[in-house]
Amino acid sequence: MQTRTTAPPEAPAAANTEVDAVRLDGVSKTFAPVRRGAAAVTALEHVTLRARAGEIVAVVGPSGCGKTTLLELVCGLIEPDAGTLRAQPAALMAQRDLLLPWASAADNAALALRVAGTPHAAAREQAAALLRDFGLEGFLHARPHELSGGMRQRVAFARTLLAGRPVLCLDEPFAALDALTRMQMQDWLGAALRADPRTVVLVTHDVEEALVLADRVVVLSQRPGRVVATLDVPSARPRQRTDPEIVALRARALAELDSA
Amino acid sequence: MRVALVLLGLVAGWEAYVGFGGIDDLLLPAPSAIAAALVDDRALLWTNFVVTAGEIALGIAAALVLGLGCAIAVHLSQSLRRALYPLLVTSQAIPVPVIAPLLVVWFGYDLRPKIAIVALVCFFPIVVSTVDALDRCDADLRKLMRSLGASRWQTFRLVEAPAALPGLVTGAKLSLAFASIAAVLAEWAGSENGLGHLVLQALPQFETARAYAAVLILAAFSLTLFAALSLAERRLVPWARAPR
Repeated sequence: MQTRTTAPPEAPAAANTEVDAVRLDGVSKTFAPVRRGAAAVTALEHVTLRARAGEIVAVVGPSGCGKTTLLELVCGLIEPDAGTLRAQPAALMAQRDLLLPWASAADNAALALRVAGTPHAAAREQAAALLRDFGLEGFLHARPHELSGGMRQRVAFARTLLAGRPVLCLDEPFAALDALTRMQMQDWLGAALRADPRTVVLVTHDVEEALVLADRVVVLSQRPGRVVATLDVPSARPRQRTDPEIVALRARALAELDSA
Repeated sequence: MRVALVLLGLVAGWEAYVGFGGIDDLLLPAPSAIAAALVDDRALLWTNFVVTAGEIALGIAAALVLGLGCAIAVHLSQSLRRALYPLLVTSQAIPVPVIAPLLVVWFGYDLRPKIAIVALVCFFPIVVSTVDALDRCDADLRKLMRSLGASRWQTFRLVEAPAALPGLVTGAKLSLAFASIAAVLAEWAGSENGLGHLVLQALPQFETARAYAAVLILAAFSLTLFAALSLAERRLVPWARAPR
């Protein structure tokens, strides 16, 4: 697969693994109570995490452990209360595909380009080229409701790539899909990222997804989220889910999650 | 099809009631008499219809321009919202039968007070439904735009405005329902032509069938506008009907 995305000049070369693209040191985030009398919610507590340029770091944890907060921090949508955070410009792909229902697949994928000031026709052309690479040749003019769940996530991923940021924050991108489609999409995403390497922070509650895709898996505890384990995934890509090494790591990660 | 049958039954019943009940044509004309008036007075009805249709069309157009402008201003600026929104709500509390003669005194017997009345009545549903639709835009979509580095204006133009289009159409539909009533009330406050004026004149002249014919034309016009808008809605906002 070939992608024609152009990253901005500050995007690091994938080979340069000594640069930290994302670095969190002792980051905490507490949300003010939603109404008077309610308790403040500490989403993240003293989280330290780094992703070298070109690395894929997966963050797994029980629901409500502040995974989404972590991504919003990396993307600069919210500010940490304590600790330091340095990150290269990051694009967020949310759990919901958030496609505009009135726009075609090509126009949806082109949204980031249009925000960046690319003229409509040129943006659409560039987005269409990427969608063709993603196997959506016949669906460029289809509206989101005419696409399957997997197709919609591919359009959303194209939109995220076309934002042209060196870091991608993926928030449970395949959580809404059925098991079989999810597995196909995981393999597809792995291939897409090999073709267009970026630094990725992938949040998921699916340990297998994390192990298939990531270089490193960070396990978070129940709220407030703290890092309880970091697992390096050594094996080469593409990975088999049945590889003994993956199976062993999966057992370890699940044990860590259990005790977290 | 079923509507046509019900309508046919009603008309037949009405005809029979007037025919066999010995009702005076001056009190309640039979459908056949109204049909005859439609044919006999067609020139008169047409001239006055053109006047009233113009009042309604221009009034709605004015309400759309002003309403959209106000809705966007109120949506984009918190201080304008605090300053304007209470006034907008007050505009709907003004009783049309009271304000209409005052506007006639101010503007005279021409088209202007009618357009103002129709616009005043149509303005409110358009503003409220548009502001509501703009406010209800998915918060996650706004967050997405923010993460892409979009400006306030880009978020409005690319996301909020299209998302609010179905709301605007709903407001326009609501205001259509009030527009013809407003036009007639405005004509009653002082005018020399229009279907409302014709009704007012026909009754003392014992032309009851003509008055009914005028009302029939007005109703048909409203229905046509509504159908046209529904058609436009299907073309403009097809996604609002699409299964999600």
